[in-house]
Amino acid sequence: MTSDQANAAAYWKANVRLITWSLIVWALVSYGFAILLRPMLAGISVGGTDLGFWFAQQGSIITFIGIIFFYAWKMNKLDKQFGVEE
Amino acid sequence: MSQFVINMLFVGASFALYFGIAVWARAGSTKEFYVAGGGVHPVTNGMATAADWMSAASFISMAGLIAAGGYANSTFLMGWTGGYVLLAMLLAPYLRKFGKFTVPDFIGDRFYSNGARLAAVVCLIIICVTYVIGQMAGAGVAFSRFLEVSNSTGIWIAAGVVFCYAVFGGMKGITYTQVAQYVVLIIAYTIPAVFISLQLTGNPIPMFGMFSEHTESGVPLLQKLNEVVAGLGFTDYTADVTNKLNMVLFTMSLMIGTAGLPHVIIRFFTVPKVADARWSAGWTLIFIALLYLTAPAVASMARLNLMTTIYPQGVEAPALAYEERPEWVKNWEKTGLITWEDKNTDGRIQLYNDAAPAFTPTAETRGWKGNELTVNNDILVLANPEIANLPGWVIGLIAAGAIAAALSTAAGLLLAISSAVSHDLIKTLINPKISEKNEMRAARISMAIAILLATWLGLNPPGFAAQVVALAFGIAAATLFPALMMGIFSKRVNDKGAIAGMLVGLVFTVVYIFLYLGWFFIPGTATFANTPDNWMFGISPLSIGTVGALINFAVAYAVSLATEAPPNEIQELVESVRTPKGAGGALSH
Repeated sequence: MTSDQANAAAYWKANVRLITWSLIVWALVSYGFAILLRPMLAGISVGGTDLGFWFAQQGSIITFIGIIFFYAWKMNKLDKQFGVEE
Repeated sequence: MSQFVINMLFVGASFALYFGIAVWARAGSTKEFYVAGGGVHPVTNGMATAADWMSAASFISMAGLIAAGGYANSTFLMGWTGGYVLLAMLLAPYLRKFGKFTVPDFIGDRFYSNGARLAAVVCLIIICVTYVIGQMAGAGVAFSRFLEVSNSTGIWIAAGVVFCYAVFGGMKGITYTQVAQYVVLIIAYTIPAVFISLQLTGNPIPMFGMFSEHTESGVPLLQKLNEVVAGLGFTDYTADVTNKLNMVLFTMSLMIGTAGLPHVIIRFFTVPKVADARWSAGWTLIFIALLYLTAPAVASMARLNLMTTIYPQGVEAPALAYEERPEWVKNWEKTGLITWEDKNTDGRIQLYNDAAPAFTPTAETRGWKGNELTVNNDILVLANPEIANLPGWVIGLIAAGAIAAALSTAAGLLLAISSAVSHDLIKTLINPKISEKNEMRAARISMAIAILLATWLGLNPPGFAAQVVALAFGIAAATLFPALMMGIFSKRVNDKGAIAGMLVGLVFTVVYIFLYLGWFFIPGTATFANTPDNWMFGISPLSIGTVGALINFAVAYAVSLATEAPPNEIQELVESVRTPKGAGGALSH
């Protein structure tokens, strides 16, 4: 394996690791807090209802935006770090 | 000035704007026609993608669905936004790096097989055609209500407008028109919501107003809404659901389906760089969220407004007399989307849940003989300004906004269809020697044919519009998304695996939907009644796309591992799409 290939492999590995963590957060707020874990969060009240309802109707969407911008920012840094940017 | 004239002015002015942009942004080359020359700023592209994505369903129907279903229908909010996370991380940057024009382009090249390309073209056409029917029908409804023309005249006008700017402008014209359409639709959606939020809660920002105190009663708005709907035998607005598995799978199907929709994916081919594709997905979601965070507020507030209109003295007191009904009810009665039947002949409008056994005794003591008012979910957003007594220009704005939402999505879908036909079918599969000029002519002709087909289907709706949308998402989730993702994330998946995966995913999903919704949607041919007891493991036909996607992945891997690895140059192609470096050169081919 040449150093270029090794570099590309390391870059890809870092990308996949970042994606994995991002998807864990993505699943936690939507399938977790908003649906499956909602009964557990029922004690935390938000404006006349519970936190799970807020995540289902607003919180998850706001988190999704955060995930995408975090990913884009982090990947731009990785691009430069591995010297693969355009 | 009459309301009709105001509506005409608003819709006419918005059309003039779209035409002006189309003339300014006329496409001169195939690259401009397919991907707007690849030079669209990520924020501009985000706005255009938001308009492309937010269809008549998002603008007109979604708030009504949430109002009717409450918490249970949060699935649409999460499902139709969560897909952008998948798109931003799993597809968009790499497909931008690949640097070609269409979705079948990538599938055909990556799986070095014209069979795979053809399978992708077929899936794409089924998805886009079913989707475009809903847009034409939505535009028809908006035209007939606000411009007082017949539904079919409305559909013809919509077709004519899309034809002008999509056929001549291609992706370039569509992109800049969509930016204008986004501005029109978001203003139209937000203004009535702000006024209603102010009226009900005193908070000018609807997304916060929804969780604030209801000014009149002094209790939180959602608690008030729960009390009102429970007092009429309906399920609490915020009540939890019992079938969580189905809710998870339905949300996931909408997410994966969104990420696999070809007209959304090709929008990310128009930005200059790979990094721009990532940012652009974020901007897209911000622009979508401006509407999607307002929609649940519109839903809860409109439901409460409707209930308090019908029961002005509270749900324990007698309902509103039919003679005293407000003007907006009369307006919408004319369209048949609100109907009243005086079942107990007391001249009042009883609106309650007559299907709830627990409420039947109460209804009987009150002398009610069944629910008397039927309100179509789709009118909620369109009637919002009238319900809140807003001035006539707001109604004109809503008309222009609803039409913008339908047209922008229709144009994006038509472009996806025409590029698949002219680029993948004609240029790659039938006549590779076709000149650029002829290829563009073929693209324009196939778009014109697609518009005619969509118009015809809009005029003769197959009567299963809701079901076909399920089919579009199910197929996108079960075929295109897994094929694209495996093409990028696995070097081992080969042509045989990808084709087998797509076919098995397609057949499984379509058969499951047909079993419950009728074979080829012909009424009366369903094998099983479409009720939760009959669903396999409690999975509804709308949620089956997720299972189809999992089966696609499993089959593709199994078949690929049993057969030979892809050739070296394909493995190098995968290597190259994974890194941003050198994307500029890849676009010219």
